[in-house]
Amino acid sequence: MTALLELRDVTKTFAGGVLGRERKVALERFSFAIDSDRPRVTAVVGESGSGKTTLARLLLGLVPPSTGEVLFKGCDLHGLNAAGRQDFRHHVQAIFQDPYEVYNPFYRVDHVLTTPVRKFRLAASKSAGHALIEQALHAVGLQPGEILGRYPHQLSGGQRQRIMVARALLLRPRLIVADEPVSMVDASLRATILGSLRKLHEELGISILYITHDLATAYQVADSILVLYRATVAEAGDVEHVVQAPQHPYTQLLIGSIPRVSTLRDWAAEPVQGERDSTATGCRFADRCPAAMPRCRTASPPLFQTAPNRAAACFLYDGAPALPEGKVATVLSAETARQAPVPAA
Amino acid sequence: MSNAAPTPRGQSNAAPVLRVEGLRVAYDHARGPVRAVDDVSFSLSPHERFGLAGESGSGKSTMALSILRMIKPPGRIEGGEVWLEDIELSQLAPDAMRRLRLAGIAMVPQGSMNSLNPVVRIRDQIGDALADHGTKLSRRALAARVRDLLVDVGLPPETGDKYQHELSGGMKQRACIAIAICLRPKVIIADEPTSALDVVVQRQVMETLGRVQAELGAAVILVGHDMGLMAQFVDRLGIMYAGRLVEVAPIGEIITAPRHPYTRLLIESLPSLEKKGGLRGIPGLAPLLRDLPSGCAFHPRCPRAEARCRLEKPAVRPIGPDATVACHFA
Repeated sequence: MTALLELRDVTKTFAGGVLGRERKVALERFSFAIDSDRPRVTAVVGESGSGKTTLARLLLGLVPPSTGEVLFKGCDLHGLNAAGRQDFRHHVQAIFQDPYEVYNPFYRVDHVLTTPVRKFRLAASKSAGHALIEQALHAVGLQPGEILGRYPHQLSGGQRQRIMVARALLLRPRLIVADEPVSMVDASLRATILGSLRKLHEELGISILYITHDLATAYQVADSILVLYRATVAEAGDVEHVVQAPQHPYTQLLIGSIPRVSTLRDWAAEPVQGERDSTATGCRFADRCPAAMPRCRTASPPLFQTAPNRAAACFLYDGAPALPEGKVATVLSAETARQAPVPAA
Repeated sequence: MSNAAPTPRGQSNAAPVLRVEGLRVAYDHARGPVRAVDDVSFSLSPHERFGLAGESGSGKSTMALSILRMIKPPGRIEGGEVWLEDIELSQLAPDAMRRLRLAGIAMVPQGSMNSLNPVVRIRDQIGDALADHGTKLSRRALAARVRDLLVDVGLPPETGDKYQHELSGGMKQRACIAIAICLRPKVIIADEPTSALDVVVQRQVMETLGRVQAELGAAVILVGHDMGLMAQFVDRLGIMYAGRLVEVAPIGEIITAPRHPYTRLLIESLPSLEKKGGLRGIPGLAPLLRDLPSGCAFHPRCPRAEARCRLEKPAVRPIGPDATVACHFA
């Protein structure tokens, strides 16, 4: 079975500093696959600089990997022919963070909806195309009459972002990569936009990769979660387990730092260690970790599979078997089997 | 720097350090003035942490700026009074007001990355603030003062020699806090101080702000939209909607038993980490200030709205010693 989209042992480094002498590793030896036969909503969570946007850009083919491969239906994404590219652009859609920057201010918003209909020949006639657009707008909770014919500046950020969801929906893709789709809209609107994304997944079987720094919305939207910390996976697994009982000390710190309304002033009393740690050998989190052991500073932990549907890159769990290199996806899809058990043969 | 004040924070019988009375701010627009702050009154006890929350466009940042009289045209303060202890700020000459900023009321801005001067070292920016407000110190004393301030906000003393681009987002925000507290102000206004930061850094910065505030004995106004952050930090919370303060109550009460339907929806729209299925938005959109609905501005989105709400603007009523609400049914 070929995955729809796969990263195989991908490392992405960026040159920085004077004359590009410093190398910054944005994503290190990362493998991940999205299997379109079993659509899932996967959240990728991490702080700024953890590599989550680089992951999105690699998957969308916007940047090439430094080493490793990005494969679309088994073929190198950067070596696709014209038909292959067209297929990729049809089936993999993106929703970006800033709903203000993705529109051309000189065109009416209709433009972002009519272009895909035309380019991908989604409708036989102009009126059929129009009906398709109206249907897509309704599906994300917008009134076509209030939207069509307007210019981007006449719409709110939430409306614009929902048009982007409608555009993705028009194409009936297999995968939507949504990079921080709600971080720039008001809290009161986030739920509506994320709800429409979730609906696309449930009703049309579209896989969604939801990239965010907000663990609470990730918990609400996703089935499984990948926690990135400084270019590598810290923890991965079924979202319910990871959020309710985080195993990696970084995930624990992250979840403990989310301000909640359910309890007043429950931020743990113990001070949090420094903001950024140095790049040394060993575990990248060691300098901030309350549970750091001497070995954490010398060796970097592999992902230990602590349960069928979860893994943590931390020596606290070295009793568990190490997950084979590049097999993160196995713990992310294990949960499907649990929820809908396959009848025993 | 110890200020072990025996009074608990937010005690209402203490004389207020800051009192805002009937403040109105408008932005002039081609189709007539647009009122961004509409008859807002509240007061702040010494040491109190007061939160101002609302959606974008609710007037919370305008509110914060107008306390400092930093509204720029086409915005203008139409009326109302702001008292800092026994000084009425609108009566002050521009120069006296300028001296009072930072020394009396200091601001921690939203985008710390845009607030620090990129070509001046952090230590000189703190030094400038001190010198500009008439603090004359020898070079050595100034260096010691800057070092103390940096250590106070949890920065290594060497940070003073750096430029803003050499600092992380959290460090920049700490540097802004150091500048804000350098003249020991009575009130610190923090306008979404952590909205650009990751949650872990946000928690660290808020802990620092809380600690230096307690050491100074200053009151804090925290402006923001994150109800979770409010629940973790403030003593009393005010909810703004369409330029009005629709509910004010101690944080424990407002979180557990909100009276205004908007407050309730705002709290419920925060995604839960406890159980799934808690994704709920507030129906409709925030109204345009230049085209407000009649009666209660919230009625088109309100689940409890009745005929009366369309006709009659609810007055702000006291409902407890430290609480007010503007809703016909609360």
